[in-house]
Amino acid sequence: MLTADDKKLILHVWGKVGDHQEDFGAETLERMFTAYPQTKTYFPHFDLHHGSDQIRAHGKKVVNALGNAVKNVDNLSQALSELSNLHAYNLRVDPVNFKLLSQCFQVVLAVHLGSEYSPEIHSAMDKFLAAVASVLAEKYR
Amino acid sequence: MVHWTAEEKQLIASVWSKVNVEECGAEALGRLLIVYPWTQRFFASFGNLSSPTAIIGNPKVRAHGRKVLTSFGEAVKNLDNIKATYSKLSELHCEKLHVDPENFRLLGDILIIVLASHFARDFTPACQFAWQKLVNVVAHALARKYH
Repeated sequence: MLTADDKKLILHVWGKVGDHQEDFGAETLERMFTAYPQTKTYFPHFDLHHGSDQIRAHGKKVVNALGNAVKNVDNLSQALSELSNLHAYNLRVDPVNFKLLSQCFQVVLAVHLGSEYSPEIHSAMDKFLAAVASVLAEKYR
Repeated sequence: MVHWTAEEKQLIASVWSKVNVEECGAEALGRLLIVYPWTQRFFASFGNLSSPTAIIGNPKVRAHGRKVLTSFGEAVKNLDNIKATYSKLSELHCEKLHVDPENFRLLGDILIIVLASHFARDFTPACQFAWQKLVNVVAHALARKYH
């Protein structure tokens, strides 16, 4: 469960993401496709080369959605309802992959924030991303 | 037997040569106990684990983190024989320590994040791939003798 402190830390980190949304998004996806090649199976229609426009666009979409979740951290189910429907009925991405994306996003944050990605922030983000994943998988069955 | 490409071996060795085992080990174990607090169940004898600050500063956590990462170095030195390298440790974790192998995966993921925060851009996607592969192989080897 996200505590008040967790929420403060998440907002703080999101402040650091700031204008880097597109970059962070693209890097997250690129790391995910490289570190976990099985995730590419969900993107047979994409150009997956480094720097691809599709990866940049999709990365931006993903990080924007996370940003929306941050803004609505007290009401994730409602805020992510549409995305939840999409993943359950349309995309049907196996939920194990949410953890892989979470890991890669956290690696990107760690790469860019260094020691500022403190244990407390790491913990709050891991919890937050797990909560988002849980909401996305809510309607799967 | 796990197959490692020459590139993967090089990436692993290159990162490892720059790792401060004491610092990284302490940080990885500390973060495990902070991010996944239920893992504290194995360390009741470690004293004060009541807050992130207490955990990071706890000398037993630091010492044990160093021990764990030093052992990890054995995998790096024996990439072609990780199963045998961890055979005894696997038995120990099952029969004496009673550690759910899921914890090995959790620690592996935490280690990756610690490396990322230390090496920043040098921890490239290719690096991450090689190291995720390594932590998975280590976790698998440690779970192998469970019964």
